[in-house]
Amino acid sequence: MEKNEYLNLYKEMVIIRRLEERAAELYQQGKIGGFLHLYIGQEAVCTGIGSVRQPQDRIITAYRDHGWAISSGIDPKIVMAELLGKVDGCSKGKGGSMHMADTEKNFWGGHAIVGAHIPIASGLALGDVYQGNDDAITICMFGDGATNIGFFHEGLNLSKVWNLPVLWVCENNQYGMGTAVERASAVSEIRQKAEGYGMPNERIEGMDLMKVRKEVSRVLETMRKEGGPYLLEIMTYRYRGHSMGDPERYREKEEVKKWQDEDPIGIFRKFLIEEEIATKAELDEQDDEAEAIVEEAVEFAESSPEPENDSLFEDIYVEPTPIEYRGYEMAHESEEA
Amino acid sequence: MSRMTMREAISKALWEEMERDERVFIQGEEVGVWGGTYAVTKGFLDHFGEKRVRDTPIAEAAIIGSAIGAAMTGLRPVAELMTINFAFVAMDHIVNEAAKLHYMFGGQFKLPLVIRATSGGGRQLAATHSQTPDAIFAHFPGLHVVSPGTPADAKGLLKSAIRSDDPVLFIENATLYQTRGEVPDDPDYLEPLGKSKVQREGDDVTIIAYSKMVQAALEAAEMLSEDGIEAEIVDLRSLRPLDMDPIIESFKRTNRAVVVEEGWRSYGVGSEVSSRIYELAFDYVDAPVKRVAQAEVPLPYNANLEQLALPQTEDIYHAAKEVIYG
Repeated sequence: MEKNEYLNLYKEMVIIRRLEERAAELYQQGKIGGFLHLYIGQEAVCTGIGSVRQPQDRIITAYRDHGWAISSGIDPKIVMAELLGKVDGCSKGKGGSMHMADTEKNFWGGHAIVGAHIPIASGLALGDVYQGNDDAITICMFGDGATNIGFFHEGLNLSKVWNLPVLWVCENNQYGMGTAVERASAVSEIRQKAEGYGMPNERIEGMDLMKVRKEVSRVLETMRKEGGPYLLEIMTYRYRGHSMGDPERYREKEEVKKWQDEDPIGIFRKFLIEEEIATKAELDEQDDEAEAIVEEAVEFAESSPEPENDSLFEDIYVEPTPIEYRGYEMAHESEEA
Repeated sequence: MSRMTMREAISKALWEEMERDERVFIQGEEVGVWGGTYAVTKGFLDHFGEKRVRDTPIAEAAIIGSAIGAAMTGLRPVAELMTINFAFVAMDHIVNEAAKLHYMFGGQFKLPLVIRATSGGGRQLAATHSQTPDAIFAHFPGLHVVSPGTPADAKGLLKSAIRSDDPVLFIENATLYQTRGEVPDDPDYLEPLGKSKVQREGDDVTIIAYSKMVQAALEAAEMLSEDGIEAEIVDLRSLRPLDMDPIIESFKRTNRAVVVEEGWRSYGVGSEVSSRIYELAFDYVDAPVKRVAQAEVPLPYNANLEQLALPQTEDIYHAAKEVIYG
């Protein structure tokens, strides 16, 4: 890998971190509405996978999706505009935090009903197999909490029965909202659930970017050779609450502190310096650049227009249907007619 | 034109569309080796092969969820739910995913998806397998809800549904499969989605119905005709989008209406249609709109009790008389 590729990976993780921090501020200022689930702490997973997947590989994830949007190649400006509900957002301001996507970047969302995207991922892979895209793998992320819902089991079973090329990735951040894995799951190692479907599986560490890259590359290579699904459980940790409204009564500050010593950005930074790939000064420069990119994204998003009122009725269907407004307007229109 | 059953018309529509477009495939419980639990896809597996005729596990969320994913990649899946009662097991994928993904992602995803499901009671399958919950699905913007009442419409509407870039829930009344009618042979014969249609002309009373109740309304109209009353029958065909134009046009002539559905009356199709009649044509109302629907009970197994609960031709006949004579 070239030096600038290392630097770009580092910068991407810092961009994701800063963007999330700024999003939290904007949320507190009331500029971002709804739910906001921050990815802080898990950056090595999305940057690791995003940097080793091939362009033909589809990415689909759950609602903690800002990091995935960026690692899939969506400009931070566009991500921030979506967070602010603006027209330049990747979903034109209609999806918000939990529903980012860009099909041109092969990023298929951003899905907010826990586990519901899992059978959809099987369908994406079916689409590739059906159309002869033999080299494509669908990479589907979900949290540990999603592995207790029926969708997970239906989706995994189907992928095995139909031998679909899906890399199932459980981002195990150890809590489904505020409920620890042991309190919600019959088995504490999520990867064990793949055993029941006769599916190859592994548990790997997720805080070290280089390790994530190495392990995921190996698994993708195996999958491209052998076909069929594979489950990876990646151990990670979110430093912030589940969402902005999380009282965090379920874990001790010491636990968070312990994981912060394993900060994926810190680990990678240390690696780059120790391996003499980059100097501290060069990395500081990357930090500054990341900061500037995020600030630019905020400015862009704040100055992006609100969606036009007429857009309320756009994209309900591909083929337009008659507009139905609220009741009294409908009656009003008929009087005019 | 050929005379055929509703089953044959639906089967033919599927067959022709699969012949026409490689991207169309079917999946569901027993659609392949078994030939379809209602024999609609008999012979499909031998002709089209396993790639395009896909038997699935009994796992409705997987059936609909994977069909959604495949549709997002540009394929045109026709996913079959053995009965609409099983749609509740896949409810999230129908109403939260299929109906919303296009809008929620700013138009990026297209979902050229058809979900076929049988609906309706009258076959002694008891409460969980006999429902007509069509109105529930019609509640959600983003979904087309279509339910034909004649073999010709079944063919023309299903073909349009398969060719549409939007998700369509296509509801077939299982007791109509043996109903016969004239069906156009043209492989490009299409009936438009979201358009109601006058199935019988008349000037005395407007009867609005869909699916099996169109057949019941046609029978009631014959009984009324013997009494010198000519009923106009408007077949909704699509519950969403709901096309009120032919209904209002008819009502302005007849000033009287009966809305018929096989499902329950509360919060149902009749509630919606009658309410819109009042909104759109209040000055033309000569009598309160009548609703004929299923008794508000879970359908019982016993044949007599079941028929007692289901709306009958005579109910439509009497309701029409009531709106005319008060």
